[in-house]
Formats: sequence, structure tokens, C-alpha cells
Amino acid sequence: MSTTSIPAPRTGYSRHKSTRSKFEMFAWLFMRVSGIVLVILIFGHLFVNLWAGEGVQAIDFGFVAGKWASPFWQIWDLLMLWLAMLHGTNGLRTIIMDYAEKPGTRMSLQVILYIASAIVIVLGTLVIFTFDPCPAGADPALLASFCSAA
Amino acid sequence: MAKASTGTLYRGNEGMWSWVAHRVTGVGIFFFLLVHVLDTALVRVSPEAYNAVIGTYKTPVMAFGEIALVAAIAFHAFNGLRVILVDFSKSGPKNQKKLFWGVIIVWLIIMIAFVPRQLMHTFGG
Ligand code: HEM
Ligand code: HEM
Repeated sequence: MSTTSIPAPRTGYSRHKSTRSKFEMFAWLFMRVSGIVLVILIFGHLFVNLWAGEGVQAIDFGFVAGKWASPFWQIWDLLMLWLAMLHGTNGLRTIIMDYAEKPGTRMSLQVILYIASAIVIVLGTLVIFTFDPCPAGADPALLASFCSAA
Repeated sequence: MAKASTGTLYRGNEGMWSWVAHRVTGVGIFFFLLVHVLDTALVRVSPEAYNAVIGTYKTPVMAFGEIALVAAIAFHAFNGLRVILVDFSKSGPKNQKKLFWGVIIVWLIIMIAFVPRQLMHTFGG
């Protein structure tokens, strides 16, 4: 018995490539999804650091040590760092595309933007994970109370 | 390709001004964040270095800077949510002007709550 297979019509052939790039579609969606998450992360951050208690007057090295002693705030800040930086970098990319018309200017502004963003993301991530709440030899008056306990 | 300076249907209405303000606040917040991560990184240098820099955040001048920052974030956040609603909800485009005034009202409520609180933190009372 012989079967002849007929290829389905219109597969593997398109007259021209789609002009919609996957990356731009993804970037558009990312701006919206990251925006919604950032509302919670940033307002939470501002509430704890600017509104609650004495607000900004209460912030010092010991305050940061107290927060980063908990993985909850470490993850919170890590997410906020990455989402806000990627969201802001992509937003600035759009703006460069809108206003910089010469290819050379576009190119150099983008390179500067990506280098600056990469440095800030890497530095911020390292700071969260290598933070030492009780550095040896530091003035105990400046440290969190749990450094001198035990 | 259309240039940014070419006129659009949006010119001169709520749609255009909210777009301009969204752009300006977005750029402002981005540059604040670059500086903010650098100053927070001073916790890796020494407690004294960090306290010295965060101390400048507590001065009256900076207290107004923080009010400006909160104003920018509150606008960008709620206007961003409006943009998202207009894009994804069926009745969004029809109601975009009402949504714009909704953004202004929520923004006002946040500022009316935050400004006195910030002044109390800064000047005591
Ligand atoms: C004047 C207002 C602000 C104050 C007083 C403030 C204060 C602080 C403090 C004390 C920390 C240390 C860790 C912690 O407390 O969680 C921190 C970290 C951080 N803040 Fe803010 N913040 C402010 C506004 C913002 C805004 C508007 C954003 C986002 C756009 C932001 C993003 C971050 C990030 C990403 C970190 C982690 C930095 C790192 O990874 O090293 N902050 N902030
Ligand atoms: C608080 C939560 C936030 C929400 C809900 C939000 C929402 C949005 C949305 C939906 C867009 C896309 C607009 C469009 O495609 O037409 C956007 C653009 C942008 N956002 Fe945000 N955003 C937030 C936080 C931030 C932060 C923290 C930064 C800075 C680090 C930032 C910087 C920008 C920039 C520069 C643009 C591009 C503006 C333009 O193309 O005109 N946003 N935002």
C-alpha cells in the first residue's frame, strides 16, 4: 500500500519576513509586566524607608544591616534593582531611538547606556550579597545591636 | 521613519502632556537610581562613609528633593498603570481621559499625605 503525503499548504513559505520582531514585542510586554511589579516593590521600599517611623531620619548603617539580615529584604531589593534597571534601561533605549538620528550618535549613546547599566546592576547585586553587617574593627556605636550581642 | 518632532494626533491634549511627563519622570528616576545604587554601595566601604552620605539625605534641602522624587514616582507609576489599562482593557481607550484625571487625583492624595509627613520628619513636630 502506498500513501502519498501531500504537504500542508502555506507551510515553510512566506513571501516576506514579518516586520514585527520578537525582541520588540518582548520589550513592550516586559515594560508592562515589570511596571506592575515595580509599583509594589518601590512603594513598599518608600513606605518602609521614608514613611514609617522617623522616615529618612532613621536611616544609617545599622538600619541597612537590620534590613539585609533578612533574606526577605535581600530578595526584595534584588528584584527591585534588576527590574527597575532593566525597565529604565529599555525606556532610555526607546528615547535614544526617538531623538538620536545619526547612526553614530545612536550607537555611542547606546553603548554608554548599556555599560553604565551593567556596572550598576553588577555592583548592586554584589553589594547585597557581600554585605557585612558587623565589619571587624568598626566603631560598635555605628553598628546594629546584634553585632555586640553574644 | 517618522521623526519625534513630527506632529501627531495626540498633540496638545491630555494624551500628549501625560506622555511628555511620563518620559521626563522616567528619565529622572533612572538617573536618581544610578546615583542611589552607588551611594548605597558605600556600605561596603565603611559605616562612616555610608552614614556621611545618607546624612545628606536628611537635610532640609534634600527633604524637598525627596518630595520631588516621590512626586515623580507617583506620577510615573499611576500613569504607567493607566497606559497598561488602555492597552489591555476593552473599555480602556474609550475612558483614557477619565483615567488620566483618575491618575491626577490619586497622585494628589499621595502628595497630600506624604508632604506634611516628610516635613514633620525633617523639621520635627
Ligand atoms: C528618598 C527615597 C529613598 C530612600 C531614603 C532610599 C533608601 C534606601 C536604603 C536605606 C537602602 C538600603 C537597603 C534597604 O533599606 O532596603 C536602599 C536600597 C535600594 N534602593 Fe532605595 N531609597 C529611596 C528611593 C528609592 C527608589 C525611588 C528606588 C527605585 C527606583 C530605590 C531602589 C533601591 C534599590 C534597587 C536598592 C538596593 C541597592 C543595592 O542593590 O545595593 N530606592 N534604598
Ligand atoms: C513604579 C512602577 C512603574 C510603572 C507602573 C512603570 C510603567 C511604565 C510603562 C507602562 C512604560 C511604557 C510606556 C510606553 O510603552 O508607552 C514605562 C516607560 C518608561 N519607564 Fe516606567 N514604570 C515604573 C517605574 C519606572 C522606574 C523605576 C524607572 C527608572 C528607573 C522608569 C523609567 C521609564 C522610562 C525611562 C520609560 C520610557 C518612557 C518613554 O519611552 O517615553 N519606570 N514605564
